[in-house]
Amino acid sequence: MSAPAAHHYTTTGLDSRKIAIWAFIGSECMLFISLISTYLIYKGRSIVGPFPHEEWTSPDGRHFEPILDILVTSASTFVLLMSSLAMVLALSAVQNKNLPKRTRGERILGSSKLWLWMTALLGATFLGFQAYEFTSFVHEGLTLSTNLFGSSFFTLTGFHGAHVTAGVIWLVSLLAIDYRRGLGPADALNVDIAALYWHFVDVVWIVIFTVVYLIQ
Amino acid sequence: MATTAVPTSISSDSMPSDPYSGIWGWITTVDHKRIGILYLYTALSFFIIGGLEAVVIRAQLQGPNGQLVSAEMYNQLFTMHGTTMVFLAIMPLSAAFFNFLIPLQIGARDVAFPRLNAFSYWVYLFGGIFITVPIFFQLAPDGGWFGYTPLTTRAYSPGINIDFWVIGLQILGVSSLAAAFNFITTIINLRAPGMTLMRMPMFTWMSFVVQFLVILAFPVITVALVFLLFDRFFGTQFYAVAAGADPLLWQHLFWIFGHPEVYILILPAFGLVSEVLPTFSRKPLFGYPVMVYSGILIGVLGFGVWAHHMFAVGMGAIADSIFAVSTMLIAIPTGVKIFNWIGTMWQGQLRFTSAMKFAIGLVALFTIGGISGVMHSSPPADLQQTDTYFIVAHFHYVLFGGSIMGIFAGIYYYFPKMTGRMMSERLGNVHFWLNFIAMNLTFFPMHFSGMLGMPRRIYTYDSGQGWDTFNLISSIGAYMLVLATAIFLYNFFMSRKRGEVAGSNPWGAGTLEWTIPSPVPEYNFAVLPTITSRYPLWEGTEEAAESARINSQEGKTSEELGIVLPYSTVKPMIVALAMVIMFCGLITTMALTFLGAAIMVLALYSWLLSPLEPEHH
Repeated sequence: MSAPAAHHYTTTGLDSRKIAIWAFIGSECMLFISLISTYLIYKGRSIVGPFPHEEWTSPDGRHFEPILDILVTSASTFVLLMSSLAMVLALSAVQNKNLPKRTRGERILGSSKLWLWMTALLGATFLGFQAYEFTSFVHEGLTLSTNLFGSSFFTLTGFHGAHVTAGVIWLVSLLAIDYRRGLGPADALNVDIAALYWHFVDVVWIVIFTVVYLIQ
Repeated sequence: MATTAVPTSISSDSMPSDPYSGIWGWITTVDHKRIGILYLYTALSFFIIGGLEAVVIRAQLQGPNGQLVSAEMYNQLFTMHGTTMVFLAIMPLSAAFFNFLIPLQIGARDVAFPRLNAFSYWVYLFGGIFITVPIFFQLAPDGGWFGYTPLTTRAYSPGINIDFWVIGLQILGVSSLAAAFNFITTIINLRAPGMTLMRMPMFTWMSFVVQFLVILAFPVITVALVFLLFDRFFGTQFYAVAAGADPLLWQHLFWIFGHPEVYILILPAFGLVSEVLPTFSRKPLFGYPVMVYSGILIGVLGFGVWAHHMFAVGMGAIADSIFAVSTMLIAIPTGVKIFNWIGTMWQGQLRFTSAMKFAIGLVALFTIGGISGVMHSSPPADLQQTDTYFIVAHFHYVLFGGSIMGIFAGIYYYFPKMTGRMMSERLGNVHFWLNFIAMNLTFFPMHFSGMLGMPRRIYTYDSGQGWDTFNLISSIGAYMLVLATAIFLYNFFMSRKRGEVAGSNPWGAGTLEWTIPSPVPEYNFAVLPTITSRYPLWEGTEEAAESARINSQEGKTSEELGIVLPYSTVKPMIVALAMVIMFCGLITTMALTFLGAAIMVLALYSWLLSPLEPEHH
């Protein structure tokens, strides 16, 4: 029996990184559950506006429209969902890097660079939407310290945005490796782990979008 | 920390870069055993600091109207005593055993992510220093170890003290979480062939449960601390009651973390005792499956009892009743464990070594703490007891009488495996009895002073309330604990140099870690062991005995065996240091934050892009 082979023995046959990322995602669930719960607990408890879904007139007579723009956020949600699709294609392209590509369609589907770029750009676009949303809210008079809604909204969505940012940096790092030496089936697990994280962040957004934007 | 006399270090002297020499060897190590030993020394140091803080507290309260320290200093002392013992002493002492033991108990070469493991340790060390140093400048956190808001918000605690606490706990959380991901993966994925879940040693099982508690509970306090941090630094209003905030939000979030934390502190000690008792009873653990299930049940129920810390805040009859019932329920699996330990000893061939005495000490003292715990699971009783010394007595019986006794049992039991030498049984005996008597002398009278109405966290008191004698006895007990701990430390360091040579299985134990030499060679197992039973050394098949025989042979180097070990690396330590520098920037200047972040990112990339171990074909 050769010892080096034994070194990579695992009980489940899975790579350890795969198990670790699932444990990490489980932990992240508790993080977002805590943030979302706080948002829900503080929903409707703000003493002053602006409010998410209701109009508000301040004591000095200034009028505030409901602050959330569901249409714009629906667009950014769609962008983030599409990034998950691109991520799936990127992973598949890396896994099947060595398969022969005959048609143009196969070449497009088989380009890991294309789909990693696509995923990262869609993620960055989502972040652009969020930056636009945050600045416009601040201009309309809602900041971190305006009221409980401002505190819990910016913290919750800001935490999610930070996760998307980390994901984009992760994707760009994978791209850099792809350009330097090419990602192949041997790297599939590394891309797979990034993909799991990316999909998780995407799923969390669906919950946030529903809880914060859709439910009035 | 000098290099220990590891036989392999002699035979590997010829290597150009000997990973086992000097301070640099310790800084760059990724070996789980050496990281475990680093945890042990560091946590013992913090245990001494936390203990000395307690001694000052007891000296202040020794008699009425004590004037040793000011009220402000007293607040810092009790806050730091609690914070130190929970986050810097007991948890890392458990982590020392997680690191040292889990791979040995499941038949693995190392943990799943050796460099991440080193990272966890360095974050713990730097975070511990960050949160401990302020007390020497009288700037330590002073809001109690559970830091209730609104007291800890900027309006009521304007100083820098609470900032150290908020940021320090955030840093320590990173360490615990990283370690937990690592150990969950290790236990799921690196068990040797035949090491099924139901053959795993009980310490590994309880550690497994604890890691799940960590990954599910720590994010909650992370969020609570982020809110507090934002409130203090960026003007959010999470805890600003005037803005409509819920005054109980912090308490709920804190205790949703805080109660599982109690089990994070005690379950590893339960696991250690479950290793010690069978060995010195020469019987397998009684009711092994039930022990596993009760451990899991404690972990699950541990998430459903948090509000029993909050009966006094007026949550209403329904919430009080639910949490009272769930709290009473959790006593059942805990009681099952107590009975199973007694069942293990029943009709066994008992040998009263120091480790065994400490283990029996846990069974006895934890039971007392458990029973007083059931007393205040009842809200009407709790309303009398909450925030009095009765509570202080209760949780010291479970944490000192439970966790610390269990950890001492573990240290006496595993010292030979760590160092290759035995601790003095004679001094161990003195340590045990002095510790046992002093512990009861310190904490038992607190039941009475608490029942007589003495509140926690008062820096002084007038005489004539019936508290004087009880406080004096408690203080005498505390001084005796100092003596007991000094004897332990003397024994520990003496035995490291001059203790009797141990051999691979000095206690005649049955589990896998005793099949390999003491101290353990860097590669742990010369061949991957095959496991066919819970106690391979007691009831193994011939196949298991053969792998045990090969593994017990000493003196072979990893090169001779063709075993590939990970490179030593300093990068995890640099990432940890940069991260703490980044956090330091929050309370000094933002430039430091950016500098720390930049170094952290660079070092992290350098770490991730460098190979873990040499290529092998």
